[in-house]
Amino acid sequence: MPMDIEKIRSDFPNLRVKVHGKPLVYLDNAATTLKPQQVIERITWFYSQGTSNVHRGVHYLSEQATAEYERTREKIKKFINASKTAEVIFTSGATESINLVMNSYGKSQLKQGDEILISEMEHHSNIVPWQQLCQENGCVLKVAPINDNGELCLDAYKAMLSPKVKLVSMVYISNSLGTVNPVMDIITTAHEHGAVVLIDGAQAAGHLAMDVQELDCDFLVFSGHKIFGPTGTGVLYGKADLLNRMPPYQTGGDMITSVTFEKTTYNILPYKFEAGTPNIAGVIGLGAAIDYMLDIGMDAIAAYERELLAYGTEKLGAIPGLKIIGTAKDKAAIISFILPNIHAHDLGTLVDEEGVAVRTGHHCTQPVMNHFKVPATSRASLCFYNTKEEIDILADAIRQAKTLFP
Amino acid sequence: MSAHPHRELYQQVILEHNKNPRNYGPFPEATHTSEGYNPLCGDHLKIFLKIGEDNIIDRVSFEGDGCAISRASASMMTTAIQGKTVPETLALFEEFQNLVTGKLDPDRQPHHLGKLTIFSGIWQFPSRVKCAILSWHALKGALERQASVSTE
Ligand SMILES: Cc1ncc(COP(=O)(O)O)c(C=O)c1O
Repeated sequence: MPMDIEKIRSDFPNLRVKVHGKPLVYLDNAATTLKPQQVIERITWFYSQGTSNVHRGVHYLSEQATAEYERTREKIKKFINASKTAEVIFTSGATESINLVMNSYGKSQLKQGDEILISEMEHHSNIVPWQQLCQENGCVLKVAPINDNGELCLDAYKAMLSPKVKLVSMVYISNSLGTVNPVMDIITTAHEHGAVVLIDGAQAAGHLAMDVQELDCDFLVFSGHKIFGPTGTGVLYGKADLLNRMPPYQTGGDMITSVTFEKTTYNILPYKFEAGTPNIAGVIGLGAAIDYMLDIGMDAIAAYERELLAYGTEKLGAIPGLKIIGTAKDKAAIISFILPNIHAHDLGTLVDEEGVAVRTGHHCTQPVMNHFKVPATSRASLCFYNTKEEIDILADAIRQAKTLFP
Repeated sequence: MSAHPHRELYQQVILEHNKNPRNYGPFPEATHTSEGYNPLCGDHLKIFLKIGEDNIIDRVSFEGDGCAISRASASMMTTAIQGKTVPETLALFEEFQNLVTGKLDPDRQPHHLGKLTIFSGIWQFPSRVKCAILSWHALKGALERQASVSTE
């Protein structure tokens, strides 16, 4: 069934905003997505009628808040097809999820000389935590290279696997190149060498169907705000047997079963990893975001975005001098590009005048910029509420900007 | 804000300095150098200075990668400070900083900015203020090292 874009767009009040007198053309979805009315209403509902803490009270509102909060956990379980609800842990975002794994799994299970394997296209949030771990406990960080299309060099990656590699941490979809990594292959081969695999699904979660049982990844992380949910929400999925072996990451209320001054017993999963009052309104809002995506259907979303990508690649590619950075065979709807004579920041400012929001800079992937020897790129990242007309507006705005920089 | 605020930002003078920057490239007699780096943009600028007798900036140049705003600002800075004394230059730094952050209205307050007032509208674009001020921060870094050198 074709998607009703008009109806979908009407669900996103932020799309009705005018920027410099022009209708907003929001092409910065990889940074964060806009939120549908349904999500906004759930948050409003919580703060206007449902406010309470969770897991702490016997009173009506607390029971209700707990039930709603846990309902999102159920939704996430189905969304990623986890085998157990307890394998879904709420965090503040992908960054915190990775840091949780680094601090808890990394510090307790990895030791001097163990190797951690990442790729050249990782977001800084999947580089820096591992560097810190290496500094602290003498692990060694290895980096699998990418080719000039922005694809992972799979052979080089496989050659780097060995019994020394204890953890592989890789991005599913690159936020600066759009590359969709062959995660199945990455995970299977890593497991053959006994490594545990974390998949950074920050850019994948809102754009394709993820099935953690089929993938067989050990950890999966993503952020709520990039999948039409509130900021300050995120998910860590982990296999229960791994999570059970891991010590708590933060300590305090909710994550314990009993505390005396002599001894504290930790709570069971997932609460062991959710110390303190969580982002209750955010998590409830995230539940509405999951419902919203599933109503459209992940396969329908992926198909529509493929169409947008093909159209955008052709339209932007036709602009004289424009060079697309990231030309992988398997790509998500992210188009990074450079123009001769125009620095990305100038372009970003000039297209903003036409109401077009694109991201410019290194996109927290400086090693990718170094690989392509560019200081920065401009990036249009699309999602299901974008249209071909909006891509036309971007293309026109680029052509107009070019006239200033002959 | 006018209908085309950005067009104000990208005036001919700025576009021209971007394309043909003045005082570009290092020179061997430089007595001071300093680097400015904006990690957000990846903009990278280097400033070269020769400070002569009487604390006068005899020669100044820059080189580096950056957007049009940062390149034009660096280029115009070099022409503005050449021949000025170090204290005069530091005073100009203050004025320029106030200008690009919207704290100095060049039409109402006294200043010595001359052509640099072209950057007066940039405070409306907070993320671009950093571009305009990058070369000036690098310059200040170079001058402050001089200060520490002279106290030895
Ligand atoms: C691929 C990837 N990983 C991780 C992150 C970090 O996400 P967050 O900032 O929401 O924690 C991002 C965000 O840009 C991303 O694109």
